[in-house]
Amino acid sequence: MGNALCRAARGTCSAYIPGYLNAMPSAPILVFFILAAVAVISALMVVTNVNPVRSALSLVVTFLSVALLYITLSAHFIAAVQIIVYAGAIMVLFLFVIMLLNLGAPAEAEPKNKAQSRAALALSAVFLTALALAPLVTFSTDAKSEAAIKNLGTVSTIGASLYNPALPWLFPFEATSILLLVAVVGAIVLAKRRI
Amino acid sequence: MVPTSYYMILSGILFTIGVLGVLVKRNPIVIFMCIELMLNAANIAFVALGRHFAQVNGQMYVIFALAVAAAEVSVGLGIIVSIFRTRESINVDEMNLMKF
Repeated sequence: MGNALCRAARGTCSAYIPGYLNAMPSAPILVFFILAAVAVISALMVVTNVNPVRSALSLVVTFLSVALLYITLSAHFIAAVQIIVYAGAIMVLFLFVIMLLNLGAPAEAEPKNKAQSRAALALSAVFLTALALAPLVTFSTDAKSEAAIKNLGTVSTIGASLYNPALPWLFPFEATSILLLVAVVGAIVLAKRRI
Repeated sequence: MVPTSYYMILSGILFTIGVLGVLVKRNPIVIFMCIELMLNAANIAFVALGRHFAQVNGQMYVIFALAVAAAEVSVGLGIIVSIFRTRESINVDEMNLMKF
């Protein structure tokens, strides 16, 4: 299916030859692998930690390394927004609720649901198998030049696309403002004891 | 330039970790964190594919995903706070009021 998708999108799909077999790791590749390792390890710590506060702090590390990955993808504006919104606002909200509800202490030994854990591991195995098959599909090798993607993530490019009436992003942008208003009102209604 | 497939594989690994967390954890706040992890994985895929095709569309989707994630977190944490008020516990296994 991936092959068909790829062909429909960009023409030919050649057989996959892993880049690490025929090339010395260059500096961008090394940077990518370091950031990816930090992201994956801290993501695993989010899941394995018993203490929710430590999970939240590991999640901050994941968000920051993902922001740096956006920079390597020349998406500078997204990287800045990632740090401000995710690592700033959303994580503060998480920590605030954890400490407000006094959930900082690790939960006492809870009865493990064996069937659930087994189902979770099986489903993860399915996902990881799909991942292992992913390298069999590769994208068209006519990668765009550095010059074409250099200005892709700047504020001016993003803004010019976002507010251009000829492009389909203006209406979703306006709808987003209504979504945020609804979220604000909904959060207040939910959290208030008596209105 | 780092190949796009590397970013896609990283995105898949992060998504798998998020799925595992949602299925295994019992604390709804940690489950929310794992959902954020999955959203981030999807965002990496969007940005990587946007770069691959030299189009700005991928980053547009990321902006909207960010806005939706912020709204989702605020409402979700509000729900968790109000559940904690009424039940004094937020174990997801005990929330079965709307279970069929």
